Amino acid sequence: MLNPISAAFVKAKQENRPALLTYTVAGDSSKKQSLNILKSISKNADILEVGIPHNTPVADGSQIQTSAYRSIKNGIKVNDIFKIVKDFKKFDYNKPVILMGYYNMIFQYGENKFLNKCKLSGVNGLIVVDLPWPENRGFAKKCKKKSIYFIQLLSPTTTKIRLKKIIKDSHPMSYFISMLSTTGGKLKVSPREIIKNYIKIKKINPKKNVVIGFGITEKTIDKLKSADGLVVGSAICKEISRSLKHRQNPVTNVSNLVKKLKNKIL
Amino acid sequence: MKLKKGIPVIDQGNKLGFWGGKFGGNFVPETLKKPIEDLEILFNKLKKDKQFIQERDKYFKNWIGVPTRFIKLENLTKHVGGAQIWSKVVSDANGGAHKIYNATVHCLLAKRSGKKVICGDTGAGYAGKMLSMAAKKFGLKCKIFMGAKDIVRQQPNVKAMKKNGAEVVPVYSGSQTLVDAVSECMRFWVANCDTSAMCVGSTVGPAVFVRICGWSTSQISRELKVQLIDEFGSIPKKLKLYNCVGGGSSSFGFWNEFMDYDKKQCEFIGVEAGGPAKSKKHAAPLTYGSKIGILHGAAQYVNQNSDGQIVETESISAGLDYPGISPLHCFLKDTKRARYTAASDEQALNAYKIVTRFEKLRPSLEPSHAFAVAISESKKFSKDTIVVVNSCGDAYKDRGILEKRLGKKYVKSN
Repeated sequence: MLNPISAAFVKAKQENRPALLTYTVAGDSSKKQSLNILKSISKNADILEVGIPHNTPVADGSQIQTSAYRSIKNGIKVNDIFKIVKDFKKFDYNKPVILMGYYNMIFQYGENKFLNKCKLSGVNGLIVVDLPWPENRGFAKKCKKKSIYFIQLLSPTTTKIRLKKIIKDSHPMSYFISMLSTTGGKLKVSPREIIKNYIKIKKINPKKNVVIGFGITEKTIDKLKSADGLVVGSAICKEISRSLKHRQNPVTNVSNLVKKLKNKIL
Repeated sequence: MKLKKGIPVIDQGNKLGFWGGKFGGNFVPETLKKPIEDLEILFNKLKKDKQFIQERDKYFKNWIGVPTRFIKLENLTKHVGGAQIWSKVVSDANGGAHKIYNATVHCLLAKRSGKKVICGDTGAGYAGKMLSMAAKKFGLKCKIFMGAKDIVRQQPNVKAMKKNGAEVVPVYSGSQTLVDAVSECMRFWVANCDTSAMCVGSTVGPAVFVRICGWSTSQISRELKVQLIDEFGSIPKKLKLYNCVGGGSSSFGFWNEFMDYDKKQCEFIGVEAGGPAKSKKHAAPLTYGSKIGILHGAAQYVNQNSDGQIVETESISAGLDYPGISPLHCFLKDTKRARYTAASDEQALNAYKIVTRFEKLRPSLEPSHAFAVAISESKKFSKDTIVVVNSCGDAYKDRGILEKRLGKKYVKSN
């Protein structure tokens, strides 16, 4: 069977649009709420990235940090995250779920045990922010054996020769970081520049899906439509924080935001 | 796991930057791979370049003021009544602590790579103060990340940084101490690595930063070796080198040149921060058997919970208040080359009292931890044992804490 991640790209291409990927932190603002958010946005999102909160995140900006600290403060554990994914998958089995986090959380859990648990809960892909290539080769192979995509990250600083090597080792989806920034930074390069870099990557192997993330909001998403997929994370985390501050329901608000994002790329 | 002889420890890592196959490495976001690789190439080239070494030595001599003194603490020796207690007064260095060596080298590297801005982290404020001094000296713009809690408790150094023209960025996330300052600094570098250089304030972080820092602070042991031979005619038969260990930059530098000696002749004792006697929190991952984890780009023993979240530390000394420890020290521990133990806040304060009572020396709270253990162990040693404590920082920055904990007398007495 085709990995649901690849299936999602096929479907989006048929509809002549990029796939919409959302990122929310597991357990934000509570275990129950984060599950409800996933359920409510799954209508409009093609792929759900679920963040494993970590308290020394070296690549996340303030919005995702706030979400992560909130979740950790509420007592979220790695096992709770698997439970959330499992419960979500009972609701919508074919919607692809990607876990995204920092390596220490996987290392402490044990790579093999972690992957077994991913398989059992229905996780389809993994992004490990601080496990770059070639350090990730061994782990990526283990993922492949379990039919879980290990998603390689590519950045504007990645040299051409390195890009080629990474793409060669990559699974069917890779993630291009739009600019030099932590997550949620203001888009400091033009969308045209981003797409130019994106095309360079795509040329290496057009068959592999590449999504663009970092700095994508309601305002910028339509200008990047030509990509295979677009990730929105910080803008969603910010919406959760805003909702909580104004004592509004984050589930409804986030759901509306994702709907708006989807409409922009149709 | 084995320590090799004849090869500098900083160069004993494998291709991926792991010491002993498991400590260190480069657990960094993809964006930092290229800047780190560039820095590695530059550093590997320059550390063999005679002209660069000459330039470094020139600044070390004329600006930092090396060598720092090596003195016998006669009164303290008499009081303790055991081993001869000596001190390497590294706090003589320009700025008042060992952090100046690493800061100077990083600024020299930044200049060579054409960067205009340098960013750094700081706990006690020394790394930040020294980086601000060096940045000013070499005409670089400087940005220092410091935990909001540390900004309050280390005001004298904050003032010094600002005076040197550095921008001090308070970090409010997490525990608001060094660990968060390092994270924030790395985040800044992720976003600005095209124009900025980063200086990691200790022998921690991705492998190249561990190596640069260890290479820089090794100046301390190079001097000490000469001074010991001057004083005793040869390296003493029973030599014990005590040093506090937070990230581990001063201790590594204090020991490096003695690495190949048998540990029966040259013993290394690292003293971690045990925190308040009554608290379960500490900053002593080696002493209390913390598990290996990843922190700030490197695998190391680190205080963490079973899930892998880094746990909060507690120590009176901001400079030692760090949940992790240099991969170099993990390596030295597991190869059994160095021995590690901890001193509590109270023991460090007491040691400060004793040292200042008997000697004209004013160690900051960090080396006071080392003095605590050195004093208590020296009692048991024979008179021909040479104990050397690295007094790697001056207590000027701690006067607020010392006044509060010990009373005005101890701040004014020196």
